[in-house]
Amino acid sequence: MSLITAKKMTLSHGTKTVLRDVDFNIETGEIVTIVGPNGSGKSTFLRAMIGAITPSSGTVTRSADLRIGYVPQKLHIDAALPLTVRRFLNIPKRVKARVASQALEAAGVSEQADAQMAHLSGGQFQRVLLARALLNRPNLLILDEATQGLDQPGSAAFYRQIEDVRRDLGCAVVMVSHDLHVVMSASDRVLCLNGHVCCEGTPDVVAIAPEYRALFGSGTQGTLALYRHQHTHDHHHDHDHSH
Amino acid sequence: MLDDFMVRAALAGVGVAAAAAPLGCFVVWRRMAYFGDATAHAALLGVALALAFDGPIMLGVLAISLLVAIMVSTLSGRGLAEDTLLGVLAHTMLALGLLAVSLMSGVRMDLMAYLIGDILAVSKSDAALIWAGAAGVINLLIWRWQALLSVTLSPDLATASGINARREQLILTLALAVVVAVTIKVVGALLISALLIIPAAAARPLARTPETMALLAACIGVFSALGGLNAAFRWDTQTGPTIVSIAAAVFVLTTLVGIVRNRA
Repeated sequence: MSLITAKKMTLSHGTKTVLRDVDFNIETGEIVTIVGPNGSGKSTFLRAMIGAITPSSGTVTRSADLRIGYVPQKLHIDAALPLTVRRFLNIPKRVKARVASQALEAAGVSEQADAQMAHLSGGQFQRVLLARALLNRPNLLILDEATQGLDQPGSAAFYRQIEDVRRDLGCAVVMVSHDLHVVMSASDRVLCLNGHVCCEGTPDVVAIAPEYRALFGSGTQGTLALYRHQHTHDHHHDHDHSH
Repeated sequence: MLDDFMVRAALAGVGVAAAAAPLGCFVVWRRMAYFGDATAHAALLGVALALAFDGPIMLGVLAISLLVAIMVSTLSGRGLAEDTLLGVLAHTMLALGLLAVSLMSGVRMDLMAYLIGDILAVSKSDAALIWAGAAGVINLLIWRWQALLSVTLSPDLATASGINARREQLILTLALAVVVAVTIKVVGALLISALLIIPAAAARPLARTPETMALLAACIGVFSALGGLNAAFRWDTQTGPTIVSIAAAVFVLTTLVGIVRNRA
């Protein structure tokens, strides 16, 4: 049973088309990673998934029991807004004190329960965002470069927690990631965007595609290629698709 | 008791301050200070229109503030920067309002009363309308509190949780228009946004959660209204500016407390 299905979805900012003709669906328990160069429409894609953007054409269908946990790329909390970590967890739905404490403990930030959100370190802040996203027991977790600004151990710990969460809650995960290692080891499916769906498939299928090798190379070069590869848009779609 | 103009003035001041201050917290959190200012300035055109058509002042102000607020929220993000848009719109409305008043030679209107307010001229029906409006806004804020806070924090996070972000933003706009309409008689078009922003800003250094900030702001607003009324009566000064000055004094005080506390 699909949680979200997009058909021929085109997304625009004003008159500018950011993504066109995207067919996408996500099933219960699946982990899908979105890759693509800067400005390729990854964040726009996620915002359409949560319903913050209405497609200019095409359709997005959500299952009736869809519960989204969303961790944004960045959350700016205005200095004028006083907000403790505990209070933050109670937005928008109030949760029992015990539930909030458990969530903070699981995220490893129980000491910071009464701290102001603005005073958290980058890693603590991201873990609190994740803890809050998990409070309503989502069946779909959406992460937008959630490890941005974290060091390597921090980001590794973050992804371990995501895997625990999927095991415990059985939720699907859609995430944008620049971390090639994570993409290849943890994803069921990879979706490469660059204004449209460039290529899509399981990591091993994508990995043996000649085009993928041209884009991502091997070893550490691959990570760089992931950031830098430029699509000319005239390539033939001769690799394995799972549209 | 209501026959005493001081009692009516005190009631009006308390009602307005109690509604404006918590709403003002959202204005501060969302960085809408200039938005509040623009809406308030435009309200003068509402006064002129109400006088021209011989209708109730508050209704005219409410209509024009709503119009401006909705115009700004729909026009923003389409080319012009929001502050430019607000500047153009607000001052055009203010100028048009002043122009309309000067053209109405038959109507004897005390312009100053609407620019800086005349709380001592509040009638029984004015006081009732102010309280109805204030109670409406306070109830709206309490009812929608969690959703409004969520949208203020991040429209995307709110949307992901199933909140209609646009609707909540519209609710804030509506509340702002109502507050402008009931406040114009008390402190005037020029100082309305002071009652929104200064108590909220004064409450910030003492608050650790949004709720305490809103409550503190309401207390500071009510204190300023009563203190200002008292001081204006004693020293024979304009009430609107006196109320705002007291709020500003509280702001200086709490800011100093905040600084001292952070050093300690």
